[in-house]
Amino acid sequence: MSSTKFILGCFEDPDDMMHGIDKLQKNSIPIYDVYTPMPIHGIEAKLGVKESRLGYAAFCFGCLGATVIFSIVYYTLVHDWPMNIGGKPHFAMPDFVPFTFEWTILFTAFGMVATFFASTHLFPGRAPRVMDLRASDDRFVIAIDARGNIPHDDITRLLEEAGAVEVKHNERKYVSYE
Amino acid sequence: MASHSESIIREPLITGKNITYAQITNEVLAPVENKPNMAWWIGFVLAVFGASIWLFSISWTFWYGIGEWGLNKTVGWAWDITGFVWWVGIGHAGTLISAVLLLFRQNWRNSINRSAEAMTIFAVICAATYIFGHMGRVWLAYWTLPLPNQFGSLWVNWNSALMMDVFAISTYFSVSLVFWYTGLLPDIASIRDRATGLRRRIYSILSFGWSGSVKTWQRFETVSLILAGISTPLVLSVHTIVSFDFATSLEPGWHTTIFPPYFVAGAIFSGFAMVQTLLLIARKVLGLENYITMFHIESMNKIIVLTGSIVGVAYITEFFIAWYSGVEYEQYAFINRATGPYWWAYWSMMTCNVITPQLFWFKKIRTNIPLSWVLSIIVNIGMWFERFVIIVTSLHRDYLPSSWVMFYPTWTDVGIFVGSIGFFFVMFLLFLRVLPSVAMAEVKLLLKTSSEQAKKKLIDEGHLDPSHVDDYTTALEKYDSVDLTQYHKA
Repeated sequence: MSSTKFILGCFEDPDDMMHGIDKLQKNSIPIYDVYTPMPIHGIEAKLGVKESRLGYAAFCFGCLGATVIFSIVYYTLVHDWPMNIGGKPHFAMPDFVPFTFEWTILFTAFGMVATFFASTHLFPGRAPRVMDLRASDDRFVIAIDARGNIPHDDITRLLEEAGAVEVKHNERKYVSYE
Repeated sequence: MASHSESIIREPLITGKNITYAQITNEVLAPVENKPNMAWWIGFVLAVFGASIWLFSISWTFWYGIGEWGLNKTVGWAWDITGFVWWVGIGHAGTLISAVLLLFRQNWRNSINRSAEAMTIFAVICAATYIFGHMGRVWLAYWTLPLPNQFGSLWVNWNSALMMDVFAISTYFSVSLVFWYTGLLPDIASIRDRATGLRRRIYSILSFGWSGSVKTWQRFETVSLILAGISTPLVLSVHTIVSFDFATSLEPGWHTTIFPPYFVAGAIFSGFAMVQTLLLIARKVLGLENYITMFHIESMNKIIVLTGSIVGVAYITEFFIAWYSGVEYEQYAFINRATGPYWWAYWSMMTCNVITPQLFWFKKIRTNIPLSWVLSIIVNIGMWFERFVIIVTSLHRDYLPSSWVMFYPTWTDVGIFVGSIGFFFVMFLLFLRVLPSVAMAEVKLLLKTSSEQAKKKLIDEGHLDPSHVDDYTTALEKYDSVDLTQYHKA
């Protein structure tokens, strides 16, 4: 029984890596994840990753921001202390527009980014779940869970055929940053 | 697919031969991973000197009050608001590059957006210092917030444009910061994975544990696109609201509906000039000529000539409307601007903003680096004068001739303004040392499509229309970073 936990196919070129994904899928080898130094367009469809729903979150936060600031302005200017400014109407909506607009944007931005960080588990001090240090530099890495996926040599061969410059058999899942 | 070929008639965004992904990382991170060079130290020492002038002058202001400024009963608003509007305007280019150009899929933004956004943030910080300085009693800054207070339940005045400013500037600053930092995460991760020891630990914390997995990138791109989508109206709203500070008043020369679009165009104009000032130096000193190419420089110069012309049309329109309105006071305000005691400020503004930028219609000039740099400085000067002219000339001769005065800055005014430039450069130079000045991930995206080497490969394959290839090689002649000899053989 080998002690390999993860098999990493490291590619130099994103097109070769996409080719590698095709090959693995044709041979019914499940892919754990792919780590790249830049976004790869079209990879989500290939790996069956569902579309992000962050847009809905953004919309909801925007509505919240608009409601909150509109209520504050309404409460202070119209309800709590209506000021008589030259006999003009207290509920002067055009003056509300800049505030409502700014806080719609503010809440959208912060709410959406916070949701992004929370759902992706990003926060200061989080230990990076990185399998190969060069995946943030110049390597496009396909990770395959080694357990159950045997024989390992076949996977290695497939990755190399697709153009992997290096295939690693790692005994640890993640790189240690200690 | 990850990449596709881009048409040969588009000019390359990355030049150089045999550039690899690793090389991009190495070249962009060189200033971060190595000791700074002499040029950086000279700049930094000068900037620190400037920043200490700022620190001294602003402390002096807080200690003795704003009576130390050159303000008087008639001109109650002068260099502080001029400096504020000038800096906020400069900030606008960063958001324009990172947001508006992203929405328009202008890929050339990829190599300049990071430093332009950094410039935005630092410029807005500088602008904010004027708001706080102008308050005089800075410890009462919280009075601008809608808090229930001890004087009864009198709230802030939501009808005031200054209140709108509080919301616009604070939203603009914090959203820009979030946009910039989110974009930095993958690049901080690149530094982290190459560093050791304490540096690795620090960058690890700063990277938020970025892994670069498929889902992370997918969400990252969604977030970037939506942030761009909301930042675009935001940036337009900010200078619109800044212009409300003037336009909602009844002062001749201020009370005009042209102000919002005119201020926004002016902001983009001055912002691009500042980006140009910074990047023309930075690309040389940091050796980024292959990523910030002549195409980028020329594109920015084109935006400068466009927005400069819009500003010029606005100046002339203002003058025309003053005459056409038949309002005596409005007419006098403009005649006084051009021929009154501040005529030199008005004509400096006209020359620097309307006349000299028109030189960029000549291709020779817009592709000339030293000239572009000089002209960008001239635009910065002109835009400062624009704000000075609008503010001081409208105020110094009001409705009551007995209160007509001149405004002269004191050393405190000058110290705060000159010092804030030093303060800005301290922040910018530190940024160049500790964070990647080019968005590496985004530049890597372009390598297989929009780079010179990718296009060279297409030419070598030889299935292209020869006239297109001809056009392309002619376009390459303006680049200072392209070795043309390899094309003449073909």
